[in-house]
Amino acid sequence: MKPFTYSRATSVADAAKTAASTQGARFIAGGTNLLDLMKLQIETPTHLIDVNHLGLDRIEPTPEGGLRIGALVRNTDLAADKVVRRDYSVLSRALLAGASGQLRNKATTAGNLLQRTRCPYFYDTNMPCNKRKPGSGCGAIGGISRSLAILGVSDACIAQHPSDMAVAMRLLDAQVDTVGADGVARAIPIADFHSLPGDTPHVETALKSGEIITSVTLPKPIGGTHVYRKVRDRASYAFALVSVAAVFGKDGGGRFAFGGIGAKPWRTPSADAAASSGAKAVAEAALSGARTTHHSDFKKTLVERTLASLYRQKEARP
Amino acid sequence: MPSDHLTRRSLLQGSAAIAAAAPALVPTGAAAARPTAKEGTGMIPVELTVNGREVHLQLDPRTTLLDALREHLHLTGTKKGCDQGQCGACTVIVEGRRINSCLTLAVMHDGDKVTTIEGLGTPEKLHPMQRAFISHDGYQCGYCTPGQICSAVAVLDEIAAGIPSHVTPDLDKVSLSNSELRERMSGNICRCAAYPNIIAAMNDVAGETKA
Amino acid sequence: MKFDTPATTNPIDKGRVVGVAHDRIDGPAKVTGSAPYAYERHDAAPNAAYGWIVGSAIAKGTIAALDLRAAEAAPGVLGIVTHANAGKLGKGNYNTAPLLGGPAIMHYDQALALVIADTLENARAAAKLVRIDYAPQDGKFDLAAEQGNAVKPPDGGFGGAADSAVGDFDGAFAKAAVRIDQRYTTPDHSHAMLEPHATTAAWNGDKLTLWTANQMIAWSVGEVAKTLGIPKANIRLVAPYIGGGFGAKLWLRADALLAALGARQIGRPVKVAIARNQIPNNTTHRPATIQRIRIGADKNGVIDAIGHEVWSGDLPGGGTETAAMQTRLLYGGAHRMTAHRLATLDLPEGNAMRAPGEAVGLLALEVAMDELAEACGVDPVELRIRNDVQYDPEAGTQRPYSSRKLVECLRAGADRFGWAKRNPKPGKVRDGRWLVGMGVASAFRNNLVGKSGARIGVDGAGKVIVETDMTDIGTGSYTIIGQTAAEMLGVSLDDVIVRLGDSRFPASAGSGGQWGANSSTAGVYAAAMALRAKLAEKAGYPIDQAQFDDGLVKLGNQSQTLAALAGREGLWAEDSIEFGDLDKRYVQATFGAHFCEVGVDIDTAEVRIRRMGGAFAAGRILNPKSARSQVIGAMTMGAGSALMEALEVDTRFGLFINHDMAEYAVPVHADIPEQDVLFIDELDDKSSPMKAKGVGELGICGAGAAVANAIYNATGLRLRDYPLTIDKLLRAQTA
Repeated sequence: MKPFTYSRATSVADAAKTAASTQGARFIAGGTNLLDLMKLQIETPTHLIDVNHLGLDRIEPTPEGGLRIGALVRNTDLAADKVVRRDYSVLSRALLAGASGQLRNKATTAGNLLQRTRCPYFYDTNMPCNKRKPGSGCGAIGGISRSLAILGVSDACIAQHPSDMAVAMRLLDAQVDTVGADGVARAIPIADFHSLPGDTPHVETALKSGEIITSVTLPKPIGGTHVYRKVRDRASYAFALVSVAAVFGKDGGGRFAFGGIGAKPWRTPSADAAASSGAKAVAEAALSGARTTHHSDFKKTLVERTLASLYRQKEARP
Repeated sequence: MPSDHLTRRSLLQGSAAIAAAAPALVPTGAAAARPTAKEGTGMIPVELTVNGREVHLQLDPRTTLLDALREHLHLTGTKKGCDQGQCGACTVIVEGRRINSCLTLAVMHDGDKVTTIEGLGTPEKLHPMQRAFISHDGYQCGYCTPGQICSAVAVLDEIAAGIPSHVTPDLDKVSLSNSELRERMSGNICRCAAYPNIIAAMNDVAGETKA
Repeated sequence: MKFDTPATTNPIDKGRVVGVAHDRIDGPAKVTGSAPYAYERHDAAPNAAYGWIVGSAIAKGTIAALDLRAAEAAPGVLGIVTHANAGKLGKGNYNTAPLLGGPAIMHYDQALALVIADTLENARAAAKLVRIDYAPQDGKFDLAAEQGNAVKPPDGGFGGAADSAVGDFDGAFAKAAVRIDQRYTTPDHSHAMLEPHATTAAWNGDKLTLWTANQMIAWSVGEVAKTLGIPKANIRLVAPYIGGGFGAKLWLRADALLAALGARQIGRPVKVAIARNQIPNNTTHRPATIQRIRIGADKNGVIDAIGHEVWSGDLPGGGTETAAMQTRLLYGGAHRMTAHRLATLDLPEGNAMRAPGEAVGLLALEVAMDELAEACGVDPVELRIRNDVQYDPEAGTQRPYSSRKLVECLRAGADRFGWAKRNPKPGKVRDGRWLVGMGVASAFRNNLVGKSGARIGVDGAGKVIVETDMTDIGTGSYTIIGQTAAEMLGVSLDDVIVRLGDSRFPASAGSGGQWGANSSTAGVYAAAMALRAKLAEKAGYPIDQAQFDDGLVKLGNQSQTLAALAGREGLWAEDSIEFGDLDKRYVQATFGAHFCEVGVDIDTAEVRIRRMGGAFAAGRILNPKSARSQVIGAMTMGAGSALMEALEVDTRFGLFINHDMAEYAVPVHADIPEQDVLFIDELDDKSSPMKAKGVGELGICGAGAAVANAIYNATGLRLRDYPLTIDKLLRAQTA
């Protein structure tokens, strides 16, 4: 870790302002991803703004019938929340499929959205990586890429987005609420929150300098049958090779979002539109434009199989 | 260090404050006895309640809670297996919840209550979970053991509190089962793999608690 | 004490303490966190400074320029060790690459510098400021590509000869009614013990003390002496607790050497732990193998020809993965061949990991046996029974087994597991979304023995004290040594104090190759026999008539307490066990049978173990409680090798790219449900006075193959490239 200074923010506005006015400042909440990366000097903030005490840890109904989830709500609490369990169980399921009990106790809602890739070339500072060091090249292309992305990738980067929670958020059309350095609040639809790598894989979100996430808002419940399926070799405490979040409606419709395969949490309207045609059709639509390596080609099959499993699971229910 | 580093120190709230109360547990390796050579990093006072005792430390903000425990308070029962949140050996209970102490800074816990393996029991007065680990041989090399035990204690509380897990069939009906215990303990890796013995120990303690 | 004739009845046969399940005597220290590991010696070496290793960023080449200025100027830095200021260093007998590299670089993450600072935070940050310019060279990193260039390695080492041949293998194989000829691969494996390699070093004048995580104290004293060029007498190694090793800590590694050099440079104790993400590339690993197995049998599955060839790679001067060794001994067959070939690779150095040779050899051989069973239409358990052989099949009947209970293990294990319920036709059993299958594999691991010494005494309070440099790496050494002493001197286990892991104690066999338990307790036996003689003499009783019970030395109805005989001074004896040629005249090995039931998801091909079980024969089981734990732990490691463990080689950059515990997956709780272990009664009088054999590695041998065979039974998919991950299963299914 490079030396840094540390302060506790006293208000959201103060946090945003300090962040914008301090070169190299970063917010720290759970710290479960940031500190790991700081030890490796993949992240090198010069100042940490501790936002844990801003009271952003409440889950409240919105006037529109949705749910506002404070940025600092811990993964454990979000998954266990009564309303989330009842109305957004795909979110509970996604959260519980991720990490470990210890990590979920610390990791926050906003931090999870900002989680960085698990690409091993990103993690090894001796390896080329355009995301970590723009212009250095991509070690993963032509390297070991079994776990990496096949959708939304570019010639510069094939890193996967590792989050489970964000996949469910994407499925539920969440919006990310922020306050900018100027004190102005804005709402970013989750679809626009994460950026695709393109030529600038180091740019990962739509957040501007100093902008702080205050909450994530879910629209009113959509009903239906919620399922989250995460596929991995190890039974627990492992990142997804493929994960699928789905909500099946009574009318035969459905919506789908995917983890483990995208440069960001992945969702396409055409896949949702194919819901009534079954797993194969949904997979075909979702995988449109997929670019695989000889290590990651199996993910196309696995997406279809995972969908098939979900359809089977749905059918088995009364 | 560049001079702006020193400027930024002024952002530290209360960085000039000196630990007020006399330390109840005097850490022999504490910051006071450990002057940083050359420029150093601004030290920050941190007050923790560790195993029921108040401790006052002056810490480099880079110090993780794990290293504060092991290197400053000499509470080496909490282990460093990976220092990356990938093994669970560093598990401690903070404000009633188990966390990986390697992935959190000590300064973030100013004012927090921390329970480590040393706070659960001693060789003379074992915690029921510690006793159960011995009688079920829930360890081998012993290095992951303190983390397993802290986790195990917290897991039983989590189940009692109705917190669901990945394998909970109905999110609203949380109950104790072997598969629940295995899933919830999966953040604690045991390479010697005493896994079934650990689950047996936990069942033992859960049974005692119920009875 | 020389052990060169089979054991007769002796005090261990009483079975009052030895052979009875005991809680570990080191348990209270471990469960309360009060057992001190190597990096935690604030008590012994207060004020230790912190060292952080800088590893090479390239796999092969030289250091072109080394610029330490920024690091030296960083806050808290106390010193930096590099090849340029370390002085002349030797290389230990067991190291392939120098532990401190430079100017030549032999592998990725080879240590090139140690940065020492007043705090861990300062040391870690300053290490990043060491600037190294490299002159890289091309290297060889791809075993498959180098297979054709592999050569016959020199004979020797634990493995013996590289090749063996009996009869006319080619002719018999060509004529066989049923032939299996398959290629299998196993990847590089990482030990991944939970405690990283770690050492605290302190100098007192020219005397060096290393509190270090090391399995082999006496070996490593010699290695430190050789590397630093100082007398062994000036070196003390202390390792009372070791957080797992599995072979990783058999050797002197960079943590210990650099801590010693660093402490010398700054004149203050220094502690060093190898960072988790440095371990896979900085330290040793189990080398990958390519294996070809050919078996020719008659229609009933009786083997006539068996051949096993193995290719592995290592740095120049390194060794082979002796994966064909068990094939020389396990099954009958008149015509036989084995061969090991070694390729030069510039990857980090390979070396022993739990059951070197057998662990990966059986991943191939026991799948080949499953394939043979299917080809012959013979039940896989029955097939193995038909090919049992009670002598060394290469040497003939003149070299029998000291004891071999493979058939008993197979039968009892099958019975207990419910093997009869297995549907021999693959892909036929369904449980919800799972295809269910069962697999079996034989377990085989050589029994190695080694000279082992101990000192044993009685103090004025009647407490028995044992001291030996034997280590407990989770194996249960403290307890079995205590049990042995208690049995020998007729006291309760509570009255024994066991002190281990200090080079000031008599040299033991150490922990490795599953030789530790049997050899070290036999050493304690020898020392205890000497102490019994002294006690009897002091009591004035003839030693051949004296009885040791209840803390008393008895003769008829006379008795004297141990405490009184020991007096205030205490009474001590020291001896060691030395083994003759019984392991040459007889084959000594441990056996078992693994059974596994898996479920494979019908859609996603996720494999989940439903249960594992096995029966094992390993001589006298000294402490059934800890022995069972050793076996289930090893079964789990075997399951890991079948399902998930692989160091992934990036053949462009020459490193294991997945070098942390998130990316190198080992089994977690959720992967391992029920495990059942049955020990078959066995006393091996040719192994040692303890009549015990090793058991710590037997459990991994064959375990992974049982998983692989269960996957085949569940799905009909036969995979031969480990680990058997989802991607491979899906590809096999869609091929």
